[in-house]
Amino acid sequence: MKQIILAAHFPGVNNHTVWSDPASGSQIDFASFAHLARTAERGKFDFFFLADGQRLREQRGRIHDLDVVGRPDSLTVLSGLAAVTGHLGLAGTINATFNEPYELARKLATLDHLSGGRAGWNVVTSSDAFTGENFRRGGFLEHAQRYERAEEFVRTVNELWDSWAAEDLVADPSAGTFARREAGEFAHRGTQFDIGGHFTVPRSPQGRPLTIQAGDSEGGRAFAAATADAVFSRHSKLQDGQAFYRDVKSRLAAHGRSPDSLKILPGATFALGDTDAEAQENADHIRRQQVSPQTAILLLEQLWNRDLSAYDPEGPLPEIDPDVSDDSIIKGRTRMYRDPLKTAAEWRALAESKKLGIRDLIIEVTGRQSFIGSPSRVAEEIDEFVQGDASDGFILVPHLTPGGLDDFVDRVVPLLQERGVFRADYETTTLRGHLGLESER
Amino acid sequence: MSAVPLHLAVALDGAGWHPAAWRDPAASPKALFTAAYWAALVAEAEHGLLDFVTIEDSLALQTTRLDGHDGRTDQVRGRLDAVLVASRIAPLTGRIGLVPTATTTHTEPFHVASSIATLDYVSSGRAGWRAQISGRRTEAAHFGRREVPELRLEDLADIDESPLVRELFGDAADAVEAVRRLWDSWEDDAVIRDVATGRFVDRDKLHYVDFEGERFTVKGPSIVPRPPQGQPLVTALAHARLPYEFAARGADVVYVTPHDTERARAIVAEVREIEGEVRAPDAGELKIFADLVVFLGENGDEARERKARLDGLDGAAYTSDAAIFTGTPGELADLLLEWRAAGLEGFRLRPAVLPTDLNAITRGLVPELRARGAFRRAYEADTLRGHLGLPRPVSRYAGSRR
Repeated sequence: MKQIILAAHFPGVNNHTVWSDPASGSQIDFASFAHLARTAERGKFDFFFLADGQRLREQRGRIHDLDVVGRPDSLTVLSGLAAVTGHLGLAGTINATFNEPYELARKLATLDHLSGGRAGWNVVTSSDAFTGENFRRGGFLEHAQRYERAEEFVRTVNELWDSWAAEDLVADPSAGTFARREAGEFAHRGTQFDIGGHFTVPRSPQGRPLTIQAGDSEGGRAFAAATADAVFSRHSKLQDGQAFYRDVKSRLAAHGRSPDSLKILPGATFALGDTDAEAQENADHIRRQQVSPQTAILLLEQLWNRDLSAYDPEGPLPEIDPDVSDDSIIKGRTRMYRDPLKTAAEWRALAESKKLGIRDLIIEVTGRQSFIGSPSRVAEEIDEFVQGDASDGFILVPHLTPGGLDDFVDRVVPLLQERGVFRADYETTTLRGHLGLESER
Repeated sequence: MSAVPLHLAVALDGAGWHPAAWRDPAASPKALFTAAYWAALVAEAEHGLLDFVTIEDSLALQTTRLDGHDGRTDQVRGRLDAVLVASRIAPLTGRIGLVPTATTTHTEPFHVASSIATLDYVSSGRAGWRAQISGRRTEAAHFGRREVPELRLEDLADIDESPLVRELFGDAADAVEAVRRLWDSWEDDAVIRDVATGRFVDRDKLHYVDFEGERFTVKGPSIVPRPPQGQPLVTALAHARLPYEFAARGADVVYVTPHDTERARAIVAEVREIEGEVRAPDAGELKIFADLVVFLGENGDEARERKARLDGLDGAAYTSDAAIFTGTPGELADLLLEWRAAGLEGFRLRPAVLPTDLNAITRGLVPELRARGAFRRAYEADTLRGHLGLPRPVSRYAGSRR
């Protein structure tokens, strides 16, 4: 039986995170991060995960104000978390477009040293000039260049990490040798980066911190198969997941890699209750919290690509069709609908047949929880999903900061442990170790 | 009893500031890249009730050359990222300020603003930033974004006249200004969580910073809400008029390097004059600290012998931009008070050997200063700005629309 990998995603800056609940705490105080990380470690999770965004989102030219806004610098907060946890992996999303390999390799190797081998990064690229406005480097990438940059970025970072062999740090006072002469030497000549010199961080405990990849396109899958240790996927439905899993794993042999060397981890949400019925009630309640009347209009605008602020959230869908021009009203996140006219037709049909107003329709068609049920049902479904080769585990996204994982850890984890598919205690000290991946020493 | 206590900071770097410090019997050279090593040092500094520690950093390996790799194997080479070291230590300490180095030349100002603001959250208001230029060609070659000529002695001989150095400080001033605007870009009460209107933030209290410098622009607002201190402490090391101007414009604390009391008085006068010319009226007074490398001992001979032994191991007499003090904690206390009378408000001591000279500061110098009525007996504030008597500034954007 496969052992399940579990990661805890700090609730993000989107409407999935419920801020209106009395139990909702600060999105930025360190205590919130420490609470979730300690909870995850209590539950023997593999790692803690932070998303990223380098510009506040905007919709219709104004800063988006309906969702949680504001986040820390990922690696800085992860380094703080290394002080309050002892085994939990610490992974953050890093945008390869707005960072430089030398600086980022230093930071990740530093985090790996300071956490005793628990660092990981989820490499993403962005091609939007909107976010680029916050950066000296400015500009952006042609869409087609995204994976070219990401691939070369990862390769360069690996070269930097490899520039210190473990034995390069001698630190022998009697011999008078601190470091070997060749320590840190590197030269990378490529189309994206042309750099050379000496790297300043000695080889870290994992050698190479864990590399995660999150793209779903053909380019993203190829990139993951070539270079990543894990994929943060979006396929949290069984059949979708199985197809994705087969596809990505089948690409590994071409790179001389075994199927086990790349872990597939969909993002997943959950709602628990003492009984399945109670869990469903909780799930419905959470969905209404996630989709306020204002948020319903806003999410509808994301498909319609139009100002719909005059519409009644409890009223019918607009009769006007979505604007399918290239100019998106949303800035700072990807457009989510490939064929807006087709999706709109589906939504209209659904609203018609179920007699749904805008808000109820949005609740119906967006963001239903991946797992809803009693602890035993959720444990069973998670196990089936993993044993059915739809994933190797999950990156769980609670809807509440900071206590959204408490119930899962207290009630579902023990059942997974009873099933013998999740560790009863940590058996290794590094993130690679937890995932059963070889250390790259 | 002296009227105004002086401020004390310690500059942490590797095994200490002497290049052979790692070969001292008290050193832990194999531990330099572990969290436990740094945690123990900062805990010791906090035990001495020091105002803050600084953590050195650079984007190239240490070298004895002005610009270029020296290939030496007998000195400490390699450093961890200073901001992450500070953040790793923050949850383990409660009062001491944490001031990592981050460069203004290559590091994106937006990232500096986010990471120092985050450090301020992780430490509950104890973050600072030592803003440092990186003008070396070796550093630029690690980024490959711009061609930089080799830094030559002529550039440093009269840095006020070197076009390269002027450009570097121009960039540095722009970076500090952009970072400070980003720290103000969220008003303190921007998060409203108003269920009736469905709004989490009041977007009128989030501000574009629209910084436009000669070589870069930054739009804003910050991704991080306003840090607990409002404005984390900005500090800079300076040796000449141009960097004094840079510090007087943008910093809260400047570290200067007099070698005697006369020079201390002259530097203070020069910095104050420049401050009068360039500092914004609402920026508050610039704090002037002097840097000193310290070898401390039970008696002066012991301290001098320690230095001589390390000099012998390194094959050269240790020199520094800062004055090098060898003597007893009592003698150092007398010197610091004499220099304070010349107008200095604090000192950033660079321990020659860690932890030996750090322990001598916290367990020897601090009691000597207290006996002279010149150092605190308990922390009186919770934040780094508070330790220095600096108020929490209101956001520059407060009350403005966008």
